[in-house]
Amino acid sequence: MSHILSLTTFAPIIGVLAILLVRLVAGRNGEEAAGRASLWVALATTLATFALSVLMLANFDARATGFQFTEDMPWFSVIHYAMGVDGISVLFVLLTTFLMPICILASWSSIKTRLVEYLIAFLVLETLMIGVFTSLDLVLFYVFFEFGLIPMFLIIGVWGGKNRVYAAYKFFLYTLLGSVLMLAAILAMSMIAHTTSIPALMQFHFAPELQIIFFLAFFASFAVKMPMWPVHTWLPDAHVEAPTAGSVILAGVLLKMGGYGFLRFSLPMFPQAATYFTPMIFALSAIAIVYTSLVAFRQTDMKKLIAYSSVAHMGFVTMGIFSGTLQGVQGAVFQMLSHGVISGALFLCVGVIYDRMHTREIAFYGGLADKMPWYAATFLLFTMGNVGLPGTSGFVGEILTMTGVYGSPSTAGTWTAFVSASGVILSAVYALTLYKRVMYGNLTNPKLADILDLDTREVAIFAPLIVSALALGVYPHLVFSFTDASVASLVTVWRSAVGG
Amino acid sequence: MGLDSALTIAQPELLLAAAALGLLVVGAYSGRLAMTLVSWGAMLALGAAAVLAANGPLGQAFKGAFVSDGASVFAKVIIYAASGVAIFLGERWLVRAGNAKFEYPVLVLLAALGMGMMVSAGDLISLYIGIELQSLALYVLCAFQRDDARASEAGLKYFVLGALSSGLLLYGASLIYGFAGSTRFADIAGAVHGPASMGIVFGLVFLICGLAFKVSAAPFHMWTPDVYEGAPTPVTALLSAAPKVAAMVLFARVLAQAFPHDVPQWSQVVTAIALISVTVGALGGLVQKNLKRLLAYSSIANIGYALLGLASGSEAGLQAMLMFMVLYVIDVTGFFACLLALSRGGKPMETLPSLAGLVRLRPGLAIAITILSLSVLGLPPLSGFWAKFYVFKAAVSTPGMEPAAVYGLVMSVAAAFYYLRIIKTMWFDAPEGETDAPPLDARLVALGCAAFSFPLVIPALAVLDPLALAAAKAFGLA
Repeated sequence: MSHILSLTTFAPIIGVLAILLVRLVAGRNGEEAAGRASLWVALATTLATFALSVLMLANFDARATGFQFTEDMPWFSVIHYAMGVDGISVLFVLLTTFLMPICILASWSSIKTRLVEYLIAFLVLETLMIGVFTSLDLVLFYVFFEFGLIPMFLIIGVWGGKNRVYAAYKFFLYTLLGSVLMLAAILAMSMIAHTTSIPALMQFHFAPELQIIFFLAFFASFAVKMPMWPVHTWLPDAHVEAPTAGSVILAGVLLKMGGYGFLRFSLPMFPQAATYFTPMIFALSAIAIVYTSLVAFRQTDMKKLIAYSSVAHMGFVTMGIFSGTLQGVQGAVFQMLSHGVISGALFLCVGVIYDRMHTREIAFYGGLADKMPWYAATFLLFTMGNVGLPGTSGFVGEILTMTGVYGSPSTAGTWTAFVSASGVILSAVYALTLYKRVMYGNLTNPKLADILDLDTREVAIFAPLIVSALALGVYPHLVFSFTDASVASLVTVWRSAVGG
Repeated sequence: MGLDSALTIAQPELLLAAAALGLLVVGAYSGRLAMTLVSWGAMLALGAAAVLAANGPLGQAFKGAFVSDGASVFAKVIIYAASGVAIFLGERWLVRAGNAKFEYPVLVLLAALGMGMMVSAGDLISLYIGIELQSLALYVLCAFQRDDARASEAGLKYFVLGALSSGLLLYGASLIYGFAGSTRFADIAGAVHGPASMGIVFGLVFLICGLAFKVSAAPFHMWTPDVYEGAPTPVTALLSAAPKVAAMVLFARVLAQAFPHDVPQWSQVVTAIALISVTVGALGGLVQKNLKRLLAYSSIANIGYALLGLASGSEAGLQAMLMFMVLYVIDVTGFFACLLALSRGGKPMETLPSLAGLVRLRPGLAIAITILSLSVLGLPPLSGFWAKFYVFKAAVSTPGMEPAAVYGLVMSVAAAFYYLRIIKTMWFDAPEGETDAPPLDARLVALGCAAFSFPLVIPALAVLDPLALAAAKAFGLA
């Protein structure tokens, strides 16, 4: 068990090596065959990684508050190779490894060109994403966090849609600009504290005026990643142009890095600054919830609609994190996990009809419910999850973040909860309208006459997502049993640091 | 100190001088074998000089005019290695270009000798001798393809502007000598107590201008894109690597050892030059279509980052500068090796659009270029990131330099655009037609440098970090 974190993190790299070997064996003209074989290798690798993370979860002591499975090895200067997970990050690792096999399956027939490179990019990305959640050294974290841009840049740019180059650049430069400011703060922190160890920095008390600067620098990075209004504009472009599996990973995991960053760094390391900026975050979250919901309603492209709805849902996450209450933070963590499942599933739903018709225009479709009953039922379930219907996982996160914010010590909390509650209605408006226009009515477009319902592979993709969306909705304790201790200590430390 | 020990301290230089003269004779008498024989002889000499430098005694020779210390040894090993690689890359290239003149390795050897002098200079006179020896050899090398109009233009431009900058440098040196009463760095430092006189500051500024020209920092960078473009590519590979290291170490030595009491004065000037370079390099590169010009702007920006380390005026800053130069030199050598490896129909592929779809045609080289671009861009965990990491860490920890550090970081995002465009062209665009089979020598260097950039840099950092720190201590700044 002592090296399980390193093993889980770097297991996908073993898959990469295996794929390279397959490609080498296949020879110069064997690209096609190597691609098919690599799919199986990639699937096996991601499943094995998932199994490893489940094994890790099974051995995780949910009552302990500190980091577990820790590893520590000096690297150079003050930097260490340090790994460890707590009750929050262990679930994000699980979310990542859970979504990856689904992504590989979703790419099974939709990726036609350069399959080998595509799978390598995905497996490398998986390592980097897990690394973000498991690293316990600030510089190591930054390495994983930042290098994730490259595989995603290539995934959007090489396998994306028409406007992919623009979207890839925008994604890369936007995120990079945010991150370099965080890097400046990381360097300054390491100079002041003489360590880059995350647990040590959590204990370190920075002067309040420094906290403000550091908080803003980290905020620049995480707000872009999250993304928060008004720095969200890269997301719709990236989502629309990315291949389906890319969108799933983007919405499912990459966005969560922002929220995870707030929880791991901003709150424990800069508690005073976090309190100081809470009203600002509340305001930005409330604007995000209302404004991007309205924008989502007017979209004609399905993926863009879901992308904007993601921004709105991330608004609940940010306000929950900064509520400073147990419910709020619990809700935010839950909302992130649930959104990872539900919005991932929604992008997959769009992918299903995109693979068949090669368009995401809402107006192109209509009346699909007759031809594709199973698909319609699946889509309905996730639409309801997106709306936040009780019984689905979407409900738990929203209700908890709102009650948490309502009970927040910050006076802005009441109003924020009030405004954000209207977002629940707005999300029903755009999500149900989308559903109505795609599924109901008469099948007027003759091109849709022969459209087929879900096949076995697609059922295999959706089944685990349906199960987890419902299971989390009905029995949210599945999540809370792991996060309770960690979130409680996080909130207590924050409250005591600011004397509240 | 007697002559014997003085000569032992200058062993590497003596070896190189003897080798250069000896190989000239060997070349004149060995007919068709001359190019190969002299090239390998020169590489051997450089290797031996590096070993001598690394194991030789430390100390001062010739009344302090020639210094051998941690910093000079550190720099010499890099300089000799980079010069050796330039000979390795140039030899076959010149044979293929039908210009196999054995003077090429000899000139590189003389340039390396000059660079060795530069990093060991402890006196304004030896400083000037080192710079001139290096520069004269490089002027000739730039115009080595003498039938090529662009190469002749590059050589002439470099020579005229180089002479101008040497003039500035000498004027500064004479002012300093006039006001301090000595040309030795240690004596100058001793003569300047408290606030420096106007004359010294004037001289210092002229000296900095001259040195800024040698490292191609803005606003003294105008020659760089033209010379980089016109010079034969193996020479450009040399130009962008070893002389930069030599000039940066010399820069650091003059400022730290002759003006240790005036850190605030020179730090201001160097910071300004650094920030202008970073800006010019980032913005100028955005509109370049020729890859050698693009790399010229990239090198201007990167020298700006190295200068930012120097501007910190602390031991950590000098360590950062040294780390930056090592890691950068490997990246940039790899980059030019990639350019040397690529040709289509016998013509070098030097424009950005010609790289279209390279990943389908030459996956190995395309991945090498991708790694090197990302590294120079400064993305972790590639070597270029760690180079910037050290520099910004030093800058952030120097009071008053924080805004400069943040500005430098933001400019690195602007520069990211053109590195991304290289990657975009290779990965996203459709290929234009088959390329020629890449020569083995260039491919070896390209892949080797890329492999160092990632993943070999990960273990290498743990080795380089203490070495650079020890070298930085030799400058004697706190």
